[in-house]
Amino acid sequence: MSTTPFRFRWLGLLRWVVIAALVVGAVFPFYYMIMMSFVRIEDLLRNPLQLVPDLTAISAETYRRVLAPEDEGGFGFARFMRNSAFVASGATVLTMLLAVPASYAMTRLRFAGRRQISALFLAVYMFPTIIIAVPIFVGFQVLGLGSSLPGLTVAYVALTVPVCVHMLRSYMQSIPESIDEAAHLDGAGRWQVLMRITIPLSMPTLMSTALFAFMIAWNEFLFALLFLTAKKDLWTVSLGLNLLSDGQEVPKTILMAGSVLLTVPIVALYSVAERYLTEGLTAGASKG
Amino acid sequence: MTTTMSPPAAGVSTSRRSMRQTIENRDGLTMAAPITLIVTAIIIVPILWTVLLSFQEARYSDVARNGLFNDLTLANYIDTVTAPGFWSSISTTVTYTVATTAGSIVVGFIAALALRDAFPARGAVRAAMLLPYVAPVVAAAYVWTVILDPQYGVVNAIGTRVLGWEEPVNFLGSAPLALTTVIAFEVWRYFPFAFMFFAAALTGLSREVEEAAVVDGATPVQRLWYVILPQMLPVIALLSLLRLVMTFNKFDDIYLLTGGAAGTQVAAVRVYEQLVGSGDIGAASANAVVLALILAAGLLVYTRITRRQEQR
Repeated sequence: MSTTPFRFRWLGLLRWVVIAALVVGAVFPFYYMIMMSFVRIEDLLRNPLQLVPDLTAISAETYRRVLAPEDEGGFGFARFMRNSAFVASGATVLTMLLAVPASYAMTRLRFAGRRQISALFLAVYMFPTIIIAVPIFVGFQVLGLGSSLPGLTVAYVALTVPVCVHMLRSYMQSIPESIDEAAHLDGAGRWQVLMRITIPLSMPTLMSTALFAFMIAWNEFLFALLFLTAKKDLWTVSLGLNLLSDGQEVPKTILMAGSVLLTVPIVALYSVAERYLTEGLTAGASKG
Repeated sequence: MTTTMSPPAAGVSTSRRSMRQTIENRDGLTMAAPITLIVTAIIIVPILWTVLLSFQEARYSDVARNGLFNDLTLANYIDTVTAPGFWSSISTTVTYTVATTAGSIVVGFIAALALRDAFPARGAVRAAMLLPYVAPVVAAAYVWTVILDPQYGVVNAIGTRVLGWEEPVNFLGSAPLALTTVIAFEVWRYFPFAFMFFAAALTGLSREVEEAAVVDGATPVQRLWYVILPQMLPVIALLSLLRLVMTFNKFDDIYLLTGGAAGTQVAAVRVYEQLVGSGDIGAASANAVVLALILAAGLLVYTRITRRQEQR
């Protein structure tokens, strides 16, 4: 028994070391990203070891340049952000409009083909993106939707719908059906129950699901790469950052500012809804 | 069929009940039809088309000219399996997938254990640890390529100037090391995912058994090994399944970090190169189908093993 307290003390110390290491590991790259976005490229090349910026030398000039349109000597990230925002919000709204009634029907109503539809969603949920990317890409090109933001939005719906249905269904199953039945007895129709009862009761889950859909669409890279590479006007932030970083001509500090612009909206949304997101994710969702 | 929706009043006639059933059926179909049509149109049809294309000698011009109707052939499959790079890409993919899955689960579990007992600022620490998972992959990959850069990256600056390395290490550009680096990146990005699952499961764990074990003189290691770990097995099984499936087809991370060079060409990157680099749609499709089959076979083995474990 005499070794136990000693081991406990040793473990207590180890625990703090582990926590510190994990936090530094998780946060350091983002700190580095922000720091680099405010320094000038000459300073970085002169001293790559510098981890705390010289406060007298920081400048927001990188942000002005990265956001400005190309004809003003910038790199057009303001436009990329508008494109990303358009595609991600479009995909989120469409996904929710489609997924909410469907999830309700699948948890509450007995209709022909219900079981088959549920199985379909599970299968699709496990299906790899790279495999559907080939024909979606070819098909959209043939249909003339290939290089357009609405086309990309529709493709993103395919990525978000299975996860969202999964999250919404597992939540709606937990709402007691007796509430629905009481409303029916009071004369409410199916859509009224959905609009007036199920949706308000599911609000937190709806929010986290919508947030997750937005995150998937905003962060997505492969489809954007396949669809939009040739059309610089339509690039999303992810695509713009990647394609500009391929060449040597854009300074690293400018691209770091671009990375910050890509990351900040997601982290901001996430910090608002962190708890819901964690709960929703562990309740079922997992793509990514 | 109408067990849960049957009206509580006893004397409802059969005809009213069947009418309700008809309405329920109609409502259900109306609500579920749009999403089903869309999923069919943008996922199911493409999958079927992939299978069809994989049997055709198809390039862009052929698909644009002839649509679905090109000659059927097995050539793509033969070429796919006999191509020199194919099996090495599969073995790279398997190494990458297994190492990443195991690594992220182990680190996630350690993180969840470390954060199990409350302490000031635990909420903030937890939120910070999820950053790698929520951040956009393009930004995360880019910042790591800069951090690891041989010329101006901070890691090599520390290595050469402080730790006395003789020359900078090319983490993402030299052959055996690049794959390790990519795996480390992937563990970094997905340990928060495992952490979330373990944290939720640990919260639900009853402390009584553990306290009893401590009273009986169990060391912390024994407590972890004989009490906590067995109760985490379902979570570990679920996480392994999810991460294996998702990682096996991963494209973004490796494409962004190395472009598939220096011994990191995983299968998904290979499919992309066939599709975009050489415009060989048929070959890309055949490769994709073979991948899906390998994945399906793996899943089958997995479910067999877990089922046998459960029966024990």
